[in-house]
Amino acid sequence: MDGFVMILTVFVLAIFVGIEIITKVPPTLHTPLMSGSNAISGITIIGALVLAGQMDTSPLAQIMAFVAVIFAAINVVGGFLVTDRMLKMFKKKD
Amino acid sequence: MLNPDTVNIAYLIAAVLFMFGLKGLAHPRTAVRGNRMAALGMIFAIAATLLSGKFEWHYVVLGVAIGSVLGAVAAMKVKMTAMPEMVGLFNGFGGAASVLVAGSALVAAMQYVTSEGPDTQMKVATVATGIIGSVTFFGSYVAFGKLAEFLAVKWKLHLWQKVAKYGFSLIVAAGAVWFGVASFETAGVPESVGLILSGVLIGGLLLNKKDRFPGMNALKVVLSGVALILGVLVVLNPDNTMLFWVMVGAAGVVGVLLTFSIGGADMPVVIALLNSYSGLAAAATGFVINNNVLIISGSLVGASGIILTNIMCKAMNRSLANVLFGVMGPTSETPSADDVYGGKIKATSAEEIAMLFDGARHVVIVPGYGMAVAQAQHAVRDLANLLEQRGLTVDYAIHPVAGRMPGHMNVLLAEANVEYDRLREMDEINPSMSQMDVAIVIGANDVVNPVARTDPNSPIAGMPIIDVDKARTVVVIKRSLSPGFAGIPNPLFALDNTVMFFNDGKKAMLDIISAVKES
Repeated sequence: MDGFVMILTVFVLAIFVGIEIITKVPPTLHTPLMSGSNAISGITIIGALVLAGQMDTSPLAQIMAFVAVIFAAINVVGGFLVTDRMLKMFKKKD
Repeated sequence: MLNPDTVNIAYLIAAVLFMFGLKGLAHPRTAVRGNRMAALGMIFAIAATLLSGKFEWHYVVLGVAIGSVLGAVAAMKVKMTAMPEMVGLFNGFGGAASVLVAGSALVAAMQYVTSEGPDTQMKVATVATGIIGSVTFFGSYVAFGKLAEFLAVKWKLHLWQKVAKYGFSLIVAAGAVWFGVASFETAGVPESVGLILSGVLIGGLLLNKKDRFPGMNALKVVLSGVALILGVLVVLNPDNTMLFWVMVGAAGVVGVLLTFSIGGADMPVVIALLNSYSGLAAAATGFVINNNVLIISGSLVGASGIILTNIMCKAMNRSLANVLFGVMGPTSETPSADDVYGGKIKATSAEEIAMLFDGARHVVIVPGYGMAVAQAQHAVRDLANLLEQRGLTVDYAIHPVAGRMPGHMNVLLAEANVEYDRLREMDEINPSMSQMDVAIVIGANDVVNPVARTDPNSPIAGMPIIDVDKARTVVVIKRSLSPGFAGIPNPLFALDNTVMFFNDGKKAMLDIISAVKES
């Protein structure tokens, strides 16, 4: 399979997996779902890291990637922490 | 240094951990562990990336450090009532990060034009990332500004609101002008002018004090078209990176316009939609840099946002197009407040409400956005505890669009230590509503308006509601008879079995609590 078709396949299949998993999340947890999935979308950080850390690239590309690292890191760290904080509140009294 | 296969295996493990993490969210018991698994996956992916090659470390370390500190402080400080603003803002950061990665990748790729330059996949994906990411970023900023009540309002602003509002507009407009003027010679006049125009347009639109203006929908369509045409031009001339930024600017105007007119009860739809876009932007970035884990994670988030958007739209019986382009409000056929309420409103006191609980067995509490505004969730829980001590059963009925984001009420009540199995979904509790002795509506309006069932001409016709009117007695806690987001009167307030307690949500709860203790 050609490279593009390969990753397109991955994309389409991942959407189906996503739909299967997410429909099982109860409405009670929809806010943590949003903040948690938002943290996951911070995965762009790995693209930003590669571009920000490149040795021989133009300063413009590097600075843009540097700002992207900051934004994505806010997303990742803030997203997972706030989700953890929220989820810990969902308890059942014994 | 890890070889590429090892790195890709690590990415695969990360993707699997993300899926298990989201799967954990299927139940509150497993959710904390699930979220931590997803976080572990992220650490895995980042570590593998940093071990995959040689890096200039100062940018990497500094960027991660700054972002982590900002993110951690925000996550620890934010109040639960402000969660919609926070999620709105974070969606925007995700979108912005994607745009910047795509832009940076484009610039970097053009440096090595010695070979054949970027291939079609990369060019198209860069355009898609630029458009989706920019709509997400500017749309999220608007959503944040409207939730934090500093955009499209007429009243006086606090200092931080002024800084956020005028500062952002100024940075966008001035940045575009500076960048445009600076590249007048290198990039060509039309591109520079285009960038300046779009930046100034964004900055100016954001200062509007009204959330609608004539020709707004036409402008949305025109600028969407402009952004798409610019996208095609970028694919044809990838070496013209300025064109990419003009396209990002045009898409930014679209993002502002799409969200600017949306407010109140439509907010959950938009927050969910932007959540989906931030995921799709990440997936598109994956196509830019040929990376599977970005594509998988991005699609998971995209799917999640789309599902939530759908649920929210269904819960209002409206289409997405209607939320984005339509106008919600009373029509000429809507009966006037005087006709509906005239002489039929019964105001009550805390003491009389306390008496309602004598001989009652089952109480249901229906919270709305007003509970969040009044920060009344702890007082609500205290009243419920008190009633439970006296042998009553207390349940909570949660409408899917109550509040300003999906699941907003649930988080607030969880914060107040309400057990999650007491939080009942609308469809679950409606059939037993006629067995409820007392229904307490606090800060909710349209989601309990019976005209949704009875009047096919009403703007909320067909919207599923919580059938509190079927309870034996309904207590409505509200500051006044002012209408909700739909702008229509609510006949529930005038029913024989309804009493109104005009008060601030929190104060009302505290008054009722002391009245119950005294009785």
